[in-house]
Amino acid sequence: MIEVRDLHKAFGEVKAVDGVSFTARDGEITGLLGPNGAGKTTTLRMLYTLMKPDRGQVLVEGIDAATDPLAVRRQLGVLPDARGLYKRLSARENIDYFARLQGLPEELLATRRDALIEALEMQDIADRRTEGFSQGQRVKTAIARALVHDPRNVILDEPTNGLDVMATRALRQFMTKLKSEGRCVLFSSHIMQEVGALCDRIVVIANGRVVADETPDALREQTGEASLEDAFVKIIGSEEGLAA
Amino acid sequence: MNNKLHCTRTILTVFLKEVKENLRDRRTLTSAFLTGPLLGPLIFVMLINVTLNRELDKAEKPLTVPVIGAEYAPNLLSALKAGGVSPGPAVADPARTVQKMDADVVLRIAPDYGKSWSKGESVQVELFYDSSQRDAGTTVERVSNLIEGYARQQGAMRLVARGLSPSTAWPLKVAKRDQATPQSRAVLMFAMLPYFFVITIFMGGMYLAIDLTAGERERQSLEPLFANPVARWKFLCGKLAAIAVFSTASLLVTLLAFAVVGQFIPAEKIGMELDLGVHFAANVLLLMLPLVLLLAALQSMVAAFAKSYREAQTYLSLLMLVPLIPSALLSFMPIKPQDWMYAVPLLGQNLGIMQLLRGDPVTATQIVLCLAGTSLAALISVLVTMQLYRSERLAISA
Repeated sequence: MIEVRDLHKAFGEVKAVDGVSFTARDGEITGLLGPNGAGKTTTLRMLYTLMKPDRGQVLVEGIDAATDPLAVRRQLGVLPDARGLYKRLSARENIDYFARLQGLPEELLATRRDALIEALEMQDIADRRTEGFSQGQRVKTAIARALVHDPRNVILDEPTNGLDVMATRALRQFMTKLKSEGRCVLFSSHIMQEVGALCDRIVVIANGRVVADETPDALREQTGEASLEDAFVKIIGSEEGLAA
Repeated sequence: MNNKLHCTRTILTVFLKEVKENLRDRRTLTSAFLTGPLLGPLIFVMLINVTLNRELDKAEKPLTVPVIGAEYAPNLLSALKAGGVSPGPAVADPARTVQKMDADVVLRIAPDYGKSWSKGESVQVELFYDSSQRDAGTTVERVSNLIEGYARQQGAMRLVARGLSPSTAWPLKVAKRDQATPQSRAVLMFAMLPYFFVITIFMGGMYLAIDLTAGERERQSLEPLFANPVARWKFLCGKLAAIAVFSTASLLVTLLAFAVVGQFIPAEKIGMELDLGVHFAANVLLLMLPLVLLLAALQSMVAAFAKSYREAQTYLSLLMLVPLIPSALLSFMPIKPQDWMYAVPLLGQNLGIMQLLRGDPVTATQIVLCLAGTSLAALISVLVTMQLYRSERLAISA
C-alpha cells in the first residue's frame, strides 16, 4: 500500500506539485491521470525517493520514505519515465544486474528472471543485446528488471507511452495480472480510455493538485456526464493535454 | 559481518557490470589498451632515435660551411679541412642565409686578413649563426673550436719563434671535469617520460569515467539505477574501481611497452644509460597507484558536472592539460627537489620517476610522502564526488 500525504515540490518559482494526497491500495490498480506537465512524474519521483519533497509525507507499507528511503525502495518495483537500458548488455544481463543490486541470491534470481521472461513473452529477445530493441521490447525488459525482486508495490510512469496496439494490450493484461496477484499497482497516464478501462480508482491531477479521487463510476456520477471523456474535461476545466 | 559482506557484494556487482559492459565497447578498449598506452612509447622512441642519430651524425660527418673570402686565408682553411670541415661556395648575404636555415653557420674572412696576419696583428674572422636554431649548436661549436684551436696553435708558434714559452701568454688553463653520469645525461632527454605515464592513466580511464556518469545520465539509465535499494556512494565506489582497473591496466601495458622499446634506444652510443626494466616499472607502478584513484575521482567529478557525453569529453580534454604543468615546469626550470615536494600530487610522481631514471634510489621517506600526499588528495576528491552523487539533479536527465 502506498500513502501520499500533502506532497509539495517546487523548482524555483514553479510549483510542480502543490499539495497532492492519495492512497493506492493492494489488489487495486490506481491511475494517476492528468495532462502533460500536471506534476505526475514529479509525484512519482518523490514516491520512489529520487526526489525529496519540500513538504508532506510518503508511506510505503507503512515505512516513511523520509526516514528510511532504502527500505521504501526495497518495497517498490519502478518503471521510471526514463527506461534507460544498458545497450551493450543483453536483456537477461540487464535484468540480472538489477536483481543483484536488490540483493537476490543467485538461485532465486535465475528462477524469478526466467519466470518474468516467460510471463512477458520475451524468450526470443532475452539473449540479444538491447541496442536496437523496439520500444515495446525495451519496455518489457525495463518492466522485468523492475519486478525481478517480486515487489508488493509497482509504480509505472506512462507505461504504454510509444507502444503499438498489440504491445499496449499485452501490457494492460500484464497489469491486470499484477493486480490479481494482490499487488498495489500505481501508474500514470494522460490517456483516459486506458485509465478508464483499467483502474479501480482514478486520481486526477492538474496544476500540481488533486482535483478528483474516485472510482470511474463515481466520477461519471459526480460530474453528471455519461462518458468519461466529458467527465474529465469538466473536472480539469479545459481540454488541454488530454488524449482520447 | 553479514552486512559488510552484503555491502562488498553490491559494490562488486556494480564493478563487474561496468567492466563487462566496457569490455564490449571497441572505442574504450582501443583507447585503454592500444592508442593510449602504445602511442606514447612509439612517438618517444621515434623522437629519441631521430635526435640521437642527428647528434651522432653532426659530430662525425664531414661538414660543408660556406666561406666568404676563402682566398685570403688558405692556411686557416687547410686547418679546417684537417678537422673535417670543408669550405663551401661563398654566399651573398650571410645573415639571411643562416636565418633562412640554408646553412647552420657561415664563415667570413676580411680582405685585409693576409696583410694583418703578416704584420703580426690580431685579425678577426666572423661566424654567422642563429642561436635560436637549437639544431645548429653542434655545428657552430665544432667550427668555432677548430678556428680557436688553429689560433692557439699559431700563437704558440709565434711565441716559440721569439724564444718565449707559450705558457707566458696563457698563465691559466681551465680543465673541465664533467660530473654527469651516463644516466644523468639521459635524464635531460627523458624529462617528458612522467607525463607520458600520467596521460596513459588518464586516457585509460577517460571513456569509462564519461560513460559511467555523463553517459548513464545521457542515456537516462541513472534514474532506474537509483531506484534500487542501494546507497549512491556504493554505486560510485563500484564505478571508481572499474575506472581505476582500466587505467592501471593501461599503465601496465605502457610500462611493458617502454621496457621493450628501451632495448631499441641506442642510448649508450652517446654515453647514456637507460634502465626501463622491472625495477623501474615496479617503482613507477607503486608511485602511480594513488594517482590512479585521484584521477578516477577527478574525472568522475568533472563528468558529473556535464550534461552530456560530448560536454564531458570537452571538459576532460581540458583537465588532461593539468598534468602537463609539473612536467613542463621541471623541464624548463630546474629546481632542487626538496622532500616536501614529493607530497604534492603529480609533482611527487614526476620527481620520483626522474630520480629513478637518474639511477638514484627513491628513499622510503620520499615514497611515503608521495603515497600519503596523493592518497589524501584522492580521498578528498572521492568525498567531493560522493557529495555530487547525492544531489537530486544528477539522476534527472531531462
